[in-house]
Amino acid sequence: MHEVTPINPWFALAYLISGVCFIIALRGLSSPSTSRKGNRYGMAGMLIAVVTTLLMHHTAGIVEIVIAIAIGGAIGLVTARKIAMTDMPQLVAAFHSLVGMAAVLVAAAAFLNPTAFGIADGAGQIFAVSRIEMGLGIAIGAITFSGSVIAFLKLNGNMSGAPIMLPGRHVINLGTLAAILGLIAYFLTDQSPWVFWTITGLAFLIGFLLIIPIGGADMPVVVSMLNSYSGWAAAAMGFTLGNSAMIITGALVGSSGAILSYIMCKAMNRSFISVIAGGFGAAPEAGGGAAKSDRPWKRGSAEDAAFLMAQAEQVIIVPGYGMAVAQAQHALREMGDILKAQGVKVKYAIHPVAGRMPGHMNVLLAEANVPYDEVFELEDINGEFAQTDVAFVIGANDVTNPAAKTDKTSPIYGMPILDVEKAKTVLFVKRSMGGVGYAGVDNDVFYMDQTMMLLADAKKMVEDIVKSLNH
Amino acid sequence: MDFISILSIFALACFVGYYVVWSVTPALHTPLMAVTNAISSVIIVGALIASAAGGSVSSKWLGLIAVVFASVNIFGGFAVTARMLAMYKKKDR
Repeated sequence: MHEVTPINPWFALAYLISGVCFIIALRGLSSPSTSRKGNRYGMAGMLIAVVTTLLMHHTAGIVEIVIAIAIGGAIGLVTARKIAMTDMPQLVAAFHSLVGMAAVLVAAAAFLNPTAFGIADGAGQIFAVSRIEMGLGIAIGAITFSGSVIAFLKLNGNMSGAPIMLPGRHVINLGTLAAILGLIAYFLTDQSPWVFWTITGLAFLIGFLLIIPIGGADMPVVVSMLNSYSGWAAAAMGFTLGNSAMIITGALVGSSGAILSYIMCKAMNRSFISVIAGGFGAAPEAGGGAAKSDRPWKRGSAEDAAFLMAQAEQVIIVPGYGMAVAQAQHALREMGDILKAQGVKVKYAIHPVAGRMPGHMNVLLAEANVPYDEVFELEDINGEFAQTDVAFVIGANDVTNPAAKTDKTSPIYGMPILDVEKAKTVLFVKRSMGGVGYAGVDNDVFYMDQTMMLLADAKKMVEDIVKSLNH
Repeated sequence: MDFISILSIFALACFVGYYVVWSVTPALHTPLMAVTNAISSVIIVGALIASAAGGSVSSKWLGLIAVVFASVNIFGGFAVTARMLAMYKKKDR
């Protein structure tokens, strides 16, 4: 076996530099103008970590390793180039599952060959601390993997987005979780393979069980949460290997996902626990405007909408997941351009949970070449609706529902919403009057005097508006 | 490294992470997820150790498979982040 020299201070320093590069990479994301440079720091950090590890092992097995990197790298690059921006949530979920699986494989490799990782004594007994770290690493990794696979299937439409509720699921979940923790404790006294593999198996199981009951609307929280788990998995393995780059990265990614989950929960006025417990949007909830759908509402045409917006001083566009589904972002930007050319002020208002992952709408608008300084967050633009002539809601619903402010029985009560109802005119693009939002509640905005419903496919409707604006 | 040193790095890095991530503009939350994905694949370090080590064939193979998975993530994650970030433009005046 080759020499391993983990005590060489240069190697430790290199890993530290790599960790610092990752911090700079995230720091760069504080503004779009510095973000590209930040991303390059991230790549540099990764390169340093990989090269250092290879040098530390005197490039043993370099041929197989380079082939493995080439295979993975090619798959990654092709996927990154081909993926449609609307499919970004699925892609991120798929990537999370890979991090989880990689963590499981590394932990398993360390279990099978502990001396190579420097975590065992001469007799092959794994150190006590390492056993805990390894147990946690494989458990978190396995949960990340199976949870992300379910999230992927739901986001990709291979599996219904509706929550699937097993009877007694809370008992099953808590029992499984307790069993995993118990086995990790037992692993301290007995390092037999069955303990290790049972932990792994149970962790895979609970990952599936945890995500299955969570509905489509809660996916931004789930994706953020799995992001966090993938970080903690990396940190746990970093503890096992005593590697600072992995620990720093794990802590960064873990906090990042946790903060995003918090922001998403707050934007829905839901507690993290209630999201994890799942079942939101499973059945039509009581109250909150159910059975009000026989109220009168006005239907408008593309020509009406074009006329109203061309006369307006300011138009605020409120996009939601429906815009992504219809791929309407390019047509929407074209509409915005024409309006701007006619002297109308155009702004975009983004609710934090619009779409299926944090920042989803921002990316789609950026893809369509909407300048990012025309795109505003909820708290920055909400005061402007009252002075706005037209609010143009496209593919969003629950995030505009004033019941969140007034109706205590509504399931979305307390959720911060975009105050579109304060605009002089509301144009609401929607496929049909039948469907309700994910929360399963009717929206009072549909029935207001100043609202005009534009019932059609979002992309088709916007294209028709563009046509009549050009007349 | 002893456990307490590692724990110190971890604890401090959590605080750094907390402050750095709160300063990320919400408009870039999707690229944030993509890039955190890429960097959490630093787990490739563990995979490389397993692949380079002798002594256990199964451990080596598990390591190599993990290298493939992590590489998908590293190359894919950074590339898709770069692709997204390139789209964010200011108003040209």
